[in-house]
Amino acid sequence: MNAASDVAVAARRELTIQRWTGLSVGSVTALLALVAALSFVPLALGANAIDKLTTLFVYVILAAMWNALAGYAGLVSVGQQAFFGIGAYATIQLSNWGVTVYLALLLAALIAGAVAIPTSLFTLRLHGGVFAIGMWVVAEVFHLLVNLDGSVGGVTGTSLVALNGFSVDDRRSYNYWMTLGAMVVLLGLVFVLLRSRIGASLQAIRDDEEAAASVGVRVLGGKWIIFVLAAVGCGAAGALWLATNITFQPNSYFNVQWTAYMIFMALVGGLGTFEGPIIGALIFFIIQDQFGDQGVWYLVGLGSAAVLFAMFLPRGIWGTVEERFGLQLLPVGYRLRGLQPAKEREA
Amino acid sequence: MIWLNQIIQGVLLGGYYALIASGLSLMFGVMRIINLAHGDLAILGAFLTLLLADHAGLDPFVSLAVVLPALAVLGWLLQRTMLERSLRAGVLVPLLTTFGLAIVVQNVLFEEYGADTRSLGPQIGDLAFSSWTITDQIYISHLSVIIFGVAVTVLGGLHLLLRLTPIGRALRATAEDADTAELVGINSKSVYAVAAGIAVATAGLAGVFLAMRSSFDPYSGPPQLIFAFEAVVIGGLGSLWGTLAGGIILGVAQNVGAQLNPQWQIIAGHIVFLAILAARLVLTEVSSRGGFRVVLAQRV
Repeated sequence: MNAASDVAVAARRELTIQRWTGLSVGSVTALLALVAALSFVPLALGANAIDKLTTLFVYVILAAMWNALAGYAGLVSVGQQAFFGIGAYATIQLSNWGVTVYLALLLAALIAGAVAIPTSLFTLRLHGGVFAIGMWVVAEVFHLLVNLDGSVGGVTGTSLVALNGFSVDDRRSYNYWMTLGAMVVLLGLVFVLLRSRIGASLQAIRDDEEAAASVGVRVLGGKWIIFVLAAVGCGAAGALWLATNITFQPNSYFNVQWTAYMIFMALVGGLGTFEGPIIGALIFFIIQDQFGDQGVWYLVGLGSAAVLFAMFLPRGIWGTVEERFGLQLLPVGYRLRGLQPAKEREA
Repeated sequence: MIWLNQIIQGVLLGGYYALIASGLSLMFGVMRIINLAHGDLAILGAFLTLLLADHAGLDPFVSLAVVLPALAVLGWLLQRTMLERSLRAGVLVPLLTTFGLAIVVQNVLFEEYGADTRSLGPQIGDLAFSSWTITDQIYISHLSVIIFGVAVTVLGGLHLLLRLTPIGRALRATAEDADTAELVGINSKSVYAVAAGIAVATAGLAGVFLAMRSSFDPYSGPPQLIFAFEAVVIGGLGSLWGTLAGGIILGVAQNVGAQLNPQWQIIAGHIVFLAILAARLVLTEVSSRGGFRVVLAQRV
């Protein structure tokens, strides 16, 4: 009895919690250097490369937001296109009211977040599948309301004409920097949030909501922060997509395909890992770049890949790598050091 | 009188919603599995019927004898291969796999049939437009009454299946606690596979009726899923008669909305659905705090 408790005490003393490893400090530094390098792209590379990278950054934002929702808070939403659409719609409206277009992009993301607040009061009390499709219904309601709004041309849509005030090259560079900035800020927010107390409580909620509540985790508060952040992120993505594509049609912005893309990227990259969605977005970007002109077969391929990953590789590419090699480039979790395998201790 | 007509038409439309919702009610309400491809499998049923009508000249009602068993087998396979494995990985994983399946079904159909809107109306002759004249403002279409009758029959049949038959008992036991059900000798996997087969067959049946009463295209599935889901949730999870009521409420809400403004049809249905869901959440919250009197007293 005494011996056992001595061992336990000794073991406790040896245990330390590690939040950074040498590798992860290195990889974060490398990532920051990469971001710094990326910010010079418009000065160095051609129009095509700038456009492609802008698209990639929007995908990264979308994948990271859906991953934060589903992978960390357990909120599988099929209605994130609601905020993507609202971001674009708010940009059009703000710019019609005379707000400078690049300020409008920023405000539109915040408006998407503001819309998420009353929405969350209702939807976050739903669970599992009811939440998933409930969000879809909410997205459809926003979609149909925007369709009824004659000031943006209803179903036919309209264009972000204010962008005509900028030359094509300027516009391209500004869009690029805005998107890069949005991606860095949003990923940074998710990273800080997941490393904080909230991150740990969110994962507890994801794994077992009732058990988490019983040990004092504030369930609704944690979900709420992620839900609103994801809305801001998807709103920013929608606004930026509008800035690069100019035309706004409610049917394409409020389309459930956006959520399908998010699910694909998060699943393939690795749901519930920080790095996964970035890898997923990169893969999605390459697939779309290579096979996007294959029309529907390309969509069939995306759907099948999502099915296969969910069934056979549920942790995605990065989740599997992380598990096998114990790698953590961008650590959002806690590592317990000093735990020895039982055999070693006996010897 | 116009309002009465809209309500009658809404009830009949609700019959269709209840029919498409019946399989979802079984899978989601009882088994707690969400199949996001439910609407697309319904549309698949419609395309299969169209295929048989075009190539073999089969009457749509006759071809049901081929289409429904085929879809039942598909549902069985779906459960045995995809859903069973997904369920093991967690309750949210079937959402992801069936969403992927939905995209595959939609786009394969699109690849085969293109974006054209189709209908089985021409294949069913007079039934497509024949109706009873009640007054000069109220007509009741024969087809919509048939659909309503089929919906009541299917839901009633499923209700009796669940309550009275051995497989129904096994299904309820498995839904309650699969491990314990296994202990008393129930083969839970095979029970779920049979239920999934029934659910997909009823989805296909609803799809064929959708194709007869209006039109469809390869991307018609998702709205059908949403309507079916709304009917199930309005009526209460696990209650098949509730699903019938839910379908009727949805149908009436849509038709009354459409009477107010033709553009409000769908949105009126969604808003009534959200309002009912919100009211239920408030009631649960209030009753968990000891009822309205206590809550109001605390506020004052």
